[in-house]
Amino acid sequence: MSVVVDRDTKLCVAGITGREGSFHTANNRRYGTNVVAGVTPGKGGQDADGVPVFNTFHAAVDATGANTAMIFVPPRFAADSILEAEDAGIETIVTITEGIPAHDELRVSAQLRRNPSVRLIGPNCPGVLSPGKANVGIIPAAFFREGNVGVVSRSGTLTYQIGNELAQHGLGNSSIVGIGGDPVPGSSFVDIIELFEADDETELIVMAGEIGGDAEEQAAGYISDSVSKPVVGYIAGFTAPPGKTMGHAGAIVSGSKGTAAAKAQALEAAGVRVGRTPTQVAEIAEELAGG
Amino acid sequence: MDLLEYQGKLLFARHGVPVPDGRPARTVEEALAGADAIGYPCVVKAQVQIGGRGKLGGIRVAHDRDEARDHATAILGMDIRGFTVHEVWVERASEIAAEYYASIVFDRSARAALAMLSTRGGMDIEQVAEEDPEAIAQLHVDPLIGFQDFHGRRLAFEAGVDGDLVRPVGELLARLYDAFIAEEAMLVEVNPLIVTPEREVRALDAKVTLDDNALFRHPDNAALRNPSGEDAQEQMARERGLTYVKLDGDIGILGNGAGLVMSTLDVVAQAGGRPANFLDAGGGSKAEAITSAVEVILSDPKVKAVLFNIFGGITRGDEVARGLIEAFHQVNPTVPFVVRLDGTNDEEGRRLLAEANLPNVHTAATMNEAAERVVALAREAMAEASA
Repeated sequence: MSVVVDRDTKLCVAGITGREGSFHTANNRRYGTNVVAGVTPGKGGQDADGVPVFNTFHAAVDATGANTAMIFVPPRFAADSILEAEDAGIETIVTITEGIPAHDELRVSAQLRRNPSVRLIGPNCPGVLSPGKANVGIIPAAFFREGNVGVVSRSGTLTYQIGNELAQHGLGNSSIVGIGGDPVPGSSFVDIIELFEADDETELIVMAGEIGGDAEEQAAGYISDSVSKPVVGYIAGFTAPPGKTMGHAGAIVSGSKGTAAAKAQALEAAGVRVGRTPTQVAEIAEELAGG
Repeated sequence: MDLLEYQGKLLFARHGVPVPDGRPARTVEEALAGADAIGYPCVVKAQVQIGGRGKLGGIRVAHDRDEARDHATAILGMDIRGFTVHEVWVERASEIAAEYYASIVFDRSARAALAMLSTRGGMDIEQVAEEDPEAIAQLHVDPLIGFQDFHGRRLAFEAGVDGDLVRPVGELLARLYDAFIAEEAMLVEVNPLIVTPEREVRALDAKVTLDDNALFRHPDNAALRNPSGEDAQEQMARERGLTYVKLDGDIGILGNGAGLVMSTLDVVAQAGGRPANFLDAGGGSKAEAITSAVEVILSDPKVKAVLFNIFGGITRGDEVARGLIEAFHQVNPTVPFVVRLDGTNDEEGRRLLAEANLPNVHTAATMNEAAERVVALAREAMAEASA
């Protein structure tokens, strides 16, 4: 097993005819992901490198049975595209787009709460990779191999850094899930850790958080109550000054809230070992995996 | 994006939130014209994005024209905790019978707008929340339903607002919510929300944070940017489309991806160094973007050494190397660089750098090694400078 995406994934890409969308769709297909459709309004009936393009998600789902969407459209159109995918009955929606207005995310989130069978990953995320099975998004698959460590992270490149260090310590991955750096992520650490806890291929969980919000604190509470598998943590942003957005829209210390120190402390209090550097995360993971 | 007080008040006024009559001014003459138009007594208030201006003499009451001139002269150009005052807001003086607090906050955790009201206004609300959480009435508003009359009534009754004020305070909260939604704000806060002896409610201060990602839909708000509150490097970086945050150390940092850059700052700090900045060159950085980023980093005179930490996913190591080589041709840096390249096309990138044989460019195999190296180089540079 693995989580979110696997060999049963039938992917439909919104924005498949765009520059970024076509490039990464080709990468995902090369990896073996089953890309069944694309959506670009006005380009229905065409094909993109052999993938049929539809005008609407509804037409794409009817014709191909797509069960997963990847959203690659520009920020101002992204919320609309997510809601269209949901309305068409797609249950897993991976949104790569960065820069979606926060109030758009709020409306999307309010709608998805009414439809709990839908899982949104992102926005502003690198996607999900289940090594050997499927890659949906922009994660460079070459740095990861099959294994038993589930990784969940708010950041893309930091995930690659940690994944690479895990590989150097001989550890592979069940799935790597980027939940994204926006203030209103579709899936939280808790949502993904719950999946890893239930996944029989995952033996160890690595979570990489950063400043801003309280998703890490919520995860700490959940882990201490409901998780039996070992968890290794990492938090980025100990040196971030308050009131400054550090690249990700969600990475901001507001007043005294959302600091790296408070998050690390909450995780440690929940029994999570927190690495101070990506290297240390891999060392702890190796120790726990060996023990 | 944070607005100045007067920008927030003008925004409030557009949405029917009552504010005292006022005029913004950049010169003493403008301030006097504003004061004359409003009448006396009036208040001259420094417009800076930092708290505590009142205690430092940035808010003064003028009873006549001479006082208004003296105050405007004193406040314009004054320094408030490192921020120079370029603008004042001249406002009709208000009589205050009571001070409340009201806000609408984008609550990330609950994924909904959070409306708050308290009769203990005029002080730091985080402190009130800590000492007496019961004193703050709060509720979440579903964005698909919006702020209803009952929300306002419930907040007003639960906060213990006087009976005759329940309706006007509820009305003000509804207008505040309108402003929050229409302008796509992350925060609209009124502290204090005053009650006058005539039993009118009014926003005596305004704190507004807008969503940067939504500014494309609000060109008028986008134009409000307050460059005086921005550091020279931050302004330069923004004009070039780079994600940059100025810090107060001496080691320039460039990386790709926000999380990795934050992590790089932390690792440098753990190695005993002090980062001068956060700079995310972004995914898929091309050579020109790297050159442009190097110029921004080096425009900070405090920078003694620079660390490049790249883990290529979409970003290609050879592109980063080309950008750095080009930057050296254009900028001719005098400080040492440490470069750590990993990921996509890393070997090609390292080969290009080795071939270019740039003066004072060191390579490191890992992030930790790179951090230690750059900290040592910055120390050497400091020692040389003081020798």
